[in-house]
Amino acid sequence: MRFVRKKLVQLIVVMLCVTFFSFLLLELLPGDTATTLCAGAGGTECIEQKTEEFHLNDPMPVRYVRWLGGVVTGDFGSSARNAQPVSEALQQRMPVTIELLLYSQFLALIIAVPVGIIAAQRAGGLFDRGSTGVLFLFLAIPNFMLALVLILIFPVKLKLLNAVGYTPFTENPLKSLGSLLLPAITLAAAEMATYMRLLRTDLIATMQEDYITMAKAKGMSPRHILLRHAFKPSSFSLITVIGLNFGRLIGGTLLVEVIFSINGLGKYTVDGILGRDYIPVQGAILVIALGYVLVNFAVDMIYAALDPRIRHARSLV
Amino acid sequence: MPAPSSDTPGVVPSKSSIFAGSGDLATEIGRMADGSAHELDTMREVDSDEDGRSAKKRLGPVFWVAAGWFLLVALAAVLAPILPLKSYTAPSAYIRQPPSAQFWFGTDTIGRDIFSRVVWGGRVSLAVAFASISFGVLVGGTIGIVSGYFRGRIETLLMGFCDVLLSFPALLLALSIVAFRGDQRDLLTISLAIGVVSIAPIARLVRANTLVYSQREFVTAARSLGAKRGRIIIREILPNVIFPVLSFSIIAIGLAIVAEGGLAFLGQSVQPPTPTWGGMISDGRNYLANAPWISLMPCLVLFVTVVALNLAGDRIREYFDIKDNN
Repeated sequence: MRFVRKKLVQLIVVMLCVTFFSFLLLELLPGDTATTLCAGAGGTECIEQKTEEFHLNDPMPVRYVRWLGGVVTGDFGSSARNAQPVSEALQQRMPVTIELLLYSQFLALIIAVPVGIIAAQRAGGLFDRGSTGVLFLFLAIPNFMLALVLILIFPVKLKLLNAVGYTPFTENPLKSLGSLLLPAITLAAAEMATYMRLLRTDLIATMQEDYITMAKAKGMSPRHILLRHAFKPSSFSLITVIGLNFGRLIGGTLLVEVIFSINGLGKYTVDGILGRDYIPVQGAILVIALGYVLVNFAVDMIYAALDPRIRHARSLV
Repeated sequence: MPAPSSDTPGVVPSKSSIFAGSGDLATEIGRMADGSAHELDTMREVDSDEDGRSAKKRLGPVFWVAAGWFLLVALAAVLAPILPLKSYTAPSAYIRQPPSAQFWFGTDTIGRDIFSRVVWGGRVSLAVAFASISFGVLVGGTIGIVSGYFRGRIETLLMGFCDVLLSFPALLLALSIVAFRGDQRDLLTISLAIGVVSIAPIARLVRANTLVYSQREFVTAARSLGAKRGRIIIREILPNVIFPVLSFSIIAIGLAIVAEGGLAFLGQSVQPPTPTWGGMISDGRNYLANAPWISLMPCLVLFVTVVALNLAGDRIREYFDIKDNN
């Protein structure tokens, strides 16, 4: 299928661009692997030796290609500070971030969908205005502020849940969800408002379609019409945005992970940059960008599958 | 139901809310930029009965309250040196006092008055926000207008650059720029870091608007009268593009204030003892149990300011939206 092939090529090109650009970016940052390694037992000798060992004197494109070659064979290099292989660290940290993401999206939807449907039922009514107002505040709250308020309420005042730390899901699912509850709420707040607005708007628009009038004329109950006839076609763009947010939030969990001391992908990246340890950062950016691009790709595919107009519009271009 | 725009390889803009959001600067601005392009129109169509179709357009009381608050904060920040404030650096014996008549916002762990620190911190936070968004508008605006007007290879190149910028998590990009400047964490560095993040979304917004206006009759008229390209851009397109960008940058300033807070939480904002709102909030987070006001007071001011900027920007956008008048 031409559409798929075209998208795949785009995907690879974007991945190459992103990794090259991040390589360049990290290149510009002060310090390198050699100086980080020799931070304690200094000496120019050590630096020279490590520079030699890691081929740091090679031109940047050469090193980029070498790194890329390593990545293709599954070798992401290893951390300069604790010698942990990057691929191993990523394997440990990715599930944490992914769980956090799924969890927050679940929380956002479980609130947004009912609220959106009820609000759309009486557009402009009291519930509609009220929920829109409250969710507007949710959107405007900076996530670090929400995190602080949540920490203040639950662990500090009510002595419920822990402010920091994470229990792996495989160890104890219930405890794990508990440990991620506050960070997940923090992430979900803004998404919730977005999803609710989106669903509400689409529902109201769908309710003005002819086939809804037809259903009304047939005497179906408003509830039946809303849930059976209007909800499905109205949820397409919601699905799209959820997909896109997954990609976007892979990077967005960064601050939340730092505040709640969760050892996920975001914190790994920040630690790398602040510790002048750039090989892990490079690997993490690759994974984040890959996630972002892949999800976008998947969403495009779903979209095309759902709506034939898009397939055709694009294959003409 | 419009499809996600297909002209950007891989990176599809999320179309969602008109309201500014939390956290991630670039994505939030991106959301709004993309959102304002198509989704808003449908939203407004649906909502039009609520406001009454024939009502004359006004900025409304909400706008004036929001603008009033922002002016108050900005004025206090500008006038900080001549206001009768307690010292914001000198420690005192009054350690961790809760808010009272003497210390309006309480005192912090070394007895500094939080109210005067909030005022002085506002100076830095607002300066960073204004500087970064000005930078973003200048660079992003130029990129947007050039690629929207000239199209072709220039557009592909510039927009590709923006896509790459956008595909980095915003905070990570800002963090890298701060790291790039080494240990010089001054106003310039922080402004630059946040400014660079804001380039791509602003460029997209400007490009989208430029695309629309370059198709309009008055541009064709100017061209057929023999106007040069530079003149068309500056005299015909720029005045039309400037209003959406203006209302947008008001909201973006709010986001930049939040972004500074984000950097502060990573310990990478302007170096102490210079107070910033984000820095103060971050500093107080270890004392939430015993002295929550250390974090919460600056947080409250930051929040109200950001909300005020959102509301004001949103109202201005609606006010200048000509389509809405028909």
